[in-house]
Amino acid sequence: MIEIHNVQKAFNGNAVLKGINCTFETGKCNLLLGGSGTGKSVLLQCIVGLMKPDLGSITFDGTVFTNNKVDIRQEIRRKIGMLFQGSALFDSMTVYENTEFPLKMLTPEMSKEERRDRVEFCLKRVGLENAGNKMPSEISGGMKKRVGIARAIAPNCTYLFCDEPNSGLDPATSIKIDELIHEITHEYGITTVVITHDMNSVVEIGDHIIFLHKGEKLWDGNKDQILTAKVPELREFIFSSSLVRAAKRVDEESEGGLEALANEPLSEV
Amino acid sequence: MVKTFGSFLIFMQSMLVRKERFAVLWKRTIDECVLIGTDSVFIVSVVAAFIGAVTCVQISYNLISPLIPKSTIGYMVREMTILELAPTITSIVLAGKVGSSIAGGLGTMRITEQVSALEVMGINSASYLVLPRIVASILMFPLLVILAMLLSILGGYLAGTLTGAISASEYIEGIRSDFIPYNITFAIIKSIVFAFLVSSISAFKGYYTEGGALEVGAASTGAVTNSIIAILLADFVLAAILL
Repeated sequence: MIEIHNVQKAFNGNAVLKGINCTFETGKCNLLLGGSGTGKSVLLQCIVGLMKPDLGSITFDGTVFTNNKVDIRQEIRRKIGMLFQGSALFDSMTVYENTEFPLKMLTPEMSKEERRDRVEFCLKRVGLENAGNKMPSEISGGMKKRVGIARAIAPNCTYLFCDEPNSGLDPATSIKIDELIHEITHEYGITTVVITHDMNSVVEIGDHIIFLHKGEKLWDGNKDQILTAKVPELREFIFSSSLVRAAKRVDEESEGGLEALANEPLSEV
Repeated sequence: MVKTFGSFLIFMQSMLVRKERFAVLWKRTIDECVLIGTDSVFIVSVVAAFIGAVTCVQISYNLISPLIPKSTIGYMVREMTILELAPTITSIVLAGKVGSSIAGGLGTMRITEQVSALEVMGINSASYLVLPRIVASILMFPLLVILAMLLSILGGYLAGTLTGAISASEYIEGIRSDFIPYNITFAIIKSIVFAFLVSSISAFKGYYTEGGALEVGAASTGAVTNSIIAILLADFVLAAILL
């Protein structure tokens, strides 16, 4: 469990996070939802230690992370896996080497054979068992995200952070990535935090959703509650989507025709 | 200016705390030695050989007095090469090649979040990415400078003898006369200082790149410009102190 207590952050006097309090629960996909510029990425960077909050504290399973001793912070960081928005794969390494990298660096006690088994397992888990020899420049955006996930889970991470895992992906691939994140979270019982502004992700994997608006937490709940939430900013965010409005119009015009469409199976990606 | 220098010192310090395991850094250093050293042999060789050749031809053009022995040409080529041309020009060439490569590489890693990925894993990115580059530069620059010395003197020999400006025996007599071994030591000290300046300034510029592709280009250009100015300043200071 990750607890955020009164986290504040400002840049040049401009407050980006205005005292955020929230909890990310273990074994769940926790979504940080909000529009652009609402402070989601800043909050995530504060949580993983890439940025220092001006005020407040962040606790990982009871251990304070912010302003703690370097050794303790390092210990926590080594339990963190992160999927970056642009995947952040090391472009001088193959897919296999990228996945093996955290094992080599963080678990020197592992033998070469153990590392190989773990990498093969992780690549198989994300469906890339045949792509180990490829360079990041040779694979698609969706595959890069998968490699990013494999690299994040390789050292048995306890906390998985995903910064807009669907950015730049087509809807079908996005769903596959969401499903993978959701499956991995429940399979390994890890604490997953996903930054998104994609409503598809919300309804697919949102076990616990926190809505941020202008640096403040305005709502939290789950995917079953979000569509009936009464917070005006959240409703505006959800229903501002052209797709939602178009779907609503089509549904009204065709008298429930969308239901039939929604029940059609998606083809494999 | 003072703030930038302060940031540079903090950056240097950050490299030395929480260092990664020796085996990891050693492997990275060897890889960087290949990129910085081996891959620069060709350009250093070409530049050094031609500088030696041009120096020889131009000195012979200026030495018109019959009272001055022709062997002086060889002597002057040797002195100019060892004291100044080989360490300084080679380092300036390497500032262009290695410096821009270091700044561009680190800058690209920064803007594509690869540096952040290392940090999130709990790896000291400065130690992992920068320290091996600086150590490799310090190891490779002196070797490249020694190679440049040899090829420059050889270039002078070929140019002098092929153009008829000086005979082979006179040139060899010149390069063997009044030899001061300390000059070699001085040149190697210079090359080590220049190596540190080029690699650390370029790494600093690249590591703190913010923005996109345009800023990576600007970081590379800034790295080369600042490295060259630093080399020239250090060249003067070292000459004043050590000679």
